[in-house]
Parts: sequence; C-alpha cells; structure tokens
Amino acid sequence: MADEKLTQIYIMGKAYDVPVGVTIMDAMEYAGYRFIRGAGCRSGFCGACGTVYRKAGEYRLEFVLACQEMVEEGMHLTQLPFTPAPRSDYTLAELDPSENVLLQHYPEIARCVSCNTCTKACPQEIEVMDYIQAALRGDVAKVAELSFDCIACGLCAMRCPADIKHYHVGQMGRRLHGVADLATPEHLTARIAQLDGGAFDGEMETLASASLADLKAKYAERVIEKVQEPEVATEEVAT
Amino acid sequence: MTKLAYFPGCSLKDNAKRFEDAAFFVMETLGAPLEELETWNCCGTVYSLADDDLMHHIASVRNFIRTKEAGSEELVTLCAMCYNTLARVAGRVEAHADELEKINAFMDREEDYEGGIRIRHILQVLRDTIGWEALSETVVRPLDNLKIAAYYGCTLVRPQETGIDDMERPVVMADALAAVGAEPVTFPFEAECCGTYQIVDEPHLALEQSNRILRSARLAGADVVVTACPLCQHNLEQALIAPVGESEEIKSIQVVYFTELLAAALGADEATMSPVVREILSTSVTAEGGA
Ligand code: SF4
Ligand code: SF4
Ligand code: FES
Repeated sequence: MADEKLTQIYIMGKAYDVPVGVTIMDAMEYAGYRFIRGAGCRSGFCGACGTVYRKAGEYRLEFVLACQEMVEEGMHLTQLPFTPAPRSDYTLAELDPSENVLLQHYPEIARCVSCNTCTKACPQEIEVMDYIQAALRGDVAKVAELSFDCIACGLCAMRCPADIKHYHVGQMGRRLHGVADLATPEHLTARIAQLDGGAFDGEMETLASASLADLKAKYAERVIEKVQEPEVATEEVAT
Repeated sequence: MTKLAYFPGCSLKDNAKRFEDAAFFVMETLGAPLEELETWNCCGTVYSLADDDLMHHIASVRNFIRTKEAGSEELVTLCAMCYNTLARVAGRVEAHADELEKINAFMDREEDYEGGIRIRHILQVLRDTIGWEALSETVVRPLDNLKIAAYYGCTLVRPQETGIDDMERPVVMADALAAVGAEPVTFPFEAECCGTYQIVDEPHLALEQSNRILRSARLAGADVVVTACPLCQHNLEQALIAPVGESEEIKSIQVVYFTELLAAALGADEATMSPVVREILSTSVTAEGGA
C-alpha cells in the first residue's frame, strides 16, 4: 500500500486520496463507501451506477457509469444511482400499435425542445433525442433501433428540461416493435414450452433446498460455458 | 430538376400521412421528388413570440443544420405550421446574429449553424419553380366541375414577412387547384383562424370557428374545402362530425388536403387515395370515364 500512487478526488464535496487507475466505483469503496444501491453488475450492463462529475476548471458536467470510468485528479463527483420515474402501466397485448401509443402513455414527450441534453448525458452514446423525436411521430421501429443499447441508468431523465422519462419510452418502443413487427424467435418459443412443461423444476427444487455450504461448493465448482459464436441465438430474431 | 430537401414534421408521419403520401406522388410526377432529411426533429410546433425565449428556437435551428448536411440551401415543407415556425426562426436568426451566437454556444460540442437556409412551402415551389402551366400539362384526370374553397388559415399567410401570399386575399392554393381543372370559389373566411389548439381545452371555440368557415365555403358554392395544415384539417373535420347550431349547409361539404386533389388530378392510383377523395371523384368530378 505504501508505494501505491494516489490521486485526489472529491466525493460529494469531500477530498479523498484514492489509487490511480481505478474506476470511480472502486475508488469510492477504497474511500470507505459501501454500496447498498448504486452498484450491480460492475460491468457496464445494468445501469445501476450512474454518476456525474466535473473536472477542476471545467464548466461541463460529465455523465458516466461509476463501474466503467477511471478516476482522474481533481474530479468532483457524486452518484445519481436512481431516477424517480414511474413507468406507465400497460398490457402489451391490449395496445393498438397503429395509434401513437407512445405519445398516449408518455404525453410529456411532446414537450421536447430538441436541446439534445439527454444525448449528451447518455453514457451509452445513444442518440437519445432522436429516439424521443421518433416516438413523437409514432415511429416505433426507429425508437427500438436507436434505443437498443439503453441500460436504463436514468441520467438522461435527470437532465431533461422537459421532464421526459426517456428510457421507459425506449423500452415501450422496443416492446411494441418486438410484438408488432418481429417474428417470434423459434428458440424462445421452444424454451418457454420447456419451462411450462416443468423441464427445470427438479433442478430448481434441488437448488432451493440446498444448504448454504452446498450452494457455495456448487458455485465454486461451476463450469462456465464457452461463449459460442452467435449463429443460432441472434440470427433468428431478425425479421 | 434536382431533388428537394424535405422536412415532413411529426403530424405528417402520423395522422396526416395522406397529406404527405399525395405530395410525394405529385412531386415525383412533376420530376421534382421530395427527399426527406435523414435525421430531423419536431420544428418546435409553435413559434415562440417571447423576446428572450431562445430555447424554443433550437429545434428549428437543428433542422437547418441537418439541411446543410444534406447538401441543400433550401428546405421544403408541407405542413403550414411547420412552415411558419421554421421560416420565422430562419428569418429571426438571420437578422439577429447575437441570438444565433447564443444558440450555437448552447448547443456546444455540436455543429454550428451559420445561417443561409431558405424555407419554402411546397405551394411556393409549385408556383415559382414549376409553374401553373407545367402543372396543367401533367394533368391526366382533370377535376372538371369540382368547386373548391381554398382554405389557408393563419400560418401560411401571416405574418407578412413569412407569408407565402397576400395575407388577406391569398390565391396560391386556389391557383394550384385551378391549374388541374377545379373551379375555385371565393369566400370571406379563407384566411380566418380555425380555432387551432383550442380544440383541446375549449373545443366549442374551435368548433364554432371551423363551422363558420365550412358554412361560408358551402354558401359560396364549394363542394370541397382544401387545406394545407393538419390542425386546420382536424378542426374542420371535427366541425363536420359535431356541427354546432344551424349547420345543415355544411353536411354535404368535404374537407381534404390540397395535395390529395392534386395527386388525383395527376393520375394517382385510386387504391392509394383516401375514401373521401374517392367519393369526391365519383360524385363531383364528371370528367374521367364519364361516370
Ligand atoms: S438513454 Fe438514458 S437511461 Fe438509457 S442509457 Fe442513455 S442515459 Fe441511460
Ligand atoms: S433533454 Fe429532453 S427536451 Fe432536451 S432533447 Fe432530450 S428529450 Fe428533448
Ligand atoms: S454497476 Fe452495472 S453498469 Fe455499473
């Protein structure tokens, strides 16, 4: 520890010396913060760790994922791990996608002033404004396509001057697109039939009734499947 | 002729799709096809009149940047409201360099807008670039004996700086329909307001306004009222569905977009037309097939 190189950052206004070359998330833990919320996958996929920072002498705020961004000298940061943004209630099968249901469920999208602040806040580099604009004109396929990489971190919704809940709009768009425009993948249908037929019930029961020690042993011995070349899994989803 | 950079606006992709479909056909037939901007956003809907409300002009400015990116100096619109908003913002930032500078500074880390984009309504393109004569020559299904009332509303003709024609006695839309064989009637409410967004909060206000417009057109002898704005079209349609007061006269009148009748005259396939236009062709137009 003694020869570790340190750098100073500010977490919620308080100065900490943290190791150089670690992520914001690791730096916060090093500084003594313990995550009850605001951390999940630690791999940039779950969107739980939205964070804002400003560098010394810089007027712009930057928007990142704490588990992905490295600390930098003089960074002032805080986490914004949660966005109060209730989701509209709907039953997908009951919606008529020919009407602009996105606008009906999220009428505030009509307030968009095209400031593009949402796009600049997105750590996934999604064209967020463009998918909101596509939603406004009922272009569900475009919403689905543009918002595909959204991880629902909520940072866009925290920044929007029109109080739009972008990621819910994107999610609804993808769902509508999936139901209305895309073929149901065969492997999915097959898997659902397997589940319904109880094919995995036995294994589940065994796991559920296992002791903690057994579970730990199983976890330690687990075999991680090699990643297969995506020949079956993704191809069939296409129209 | 080269392709025209085209800005649709949200309504034309949604409830006013037939307005646009017909325009695509017309311009294609005239050899000046519309090429939709690859990326565009809402025009801003209503031009903000506040002196210091620059935020609400950004939407239009972004579309000007997209137009430049598409290699065009001109942007053609179809919706009267989009035309009005885009044209007024274009004029405003052209005249106020300080405001444009502020908008560019706000957009930050993005392409600046340097000015220079000209907004044109499709009726201006038809009148000034293509010409009535050329339009006439393309007609395959003349709208003989069809009496039309061209209804302009507000946003095409006001304010004067951006109006596409005389603000009190506009003729451009009537001329376009006359060029394809229809007979325009004159009526006093051609440039009155339809009631606009009052239809949402105070529907009776918009319905009364729209009702007056339809009645006046009918009394002037019109079979059909033609519009250039999805909101005017909507309000007039609502007035047809839910007439107020003494309105027997209006029951027999139809309301369609001007592009729909132009497309019909230029030979659009009946299958692509809205039921209203098909009905107009079969009941009022006596040219083709001697129906
Ligand atoms: S679109 Fe919004 S919620 Fe989705 S990843 Fe980007 S910033 Fe996060
Ligand atoms: S931040 Fe909000 S208002 Fe601005 S472009 Fe995005 S959705 Fe529109
Ligand atoms: S912890 Fe899941 S994205 Fe950062």
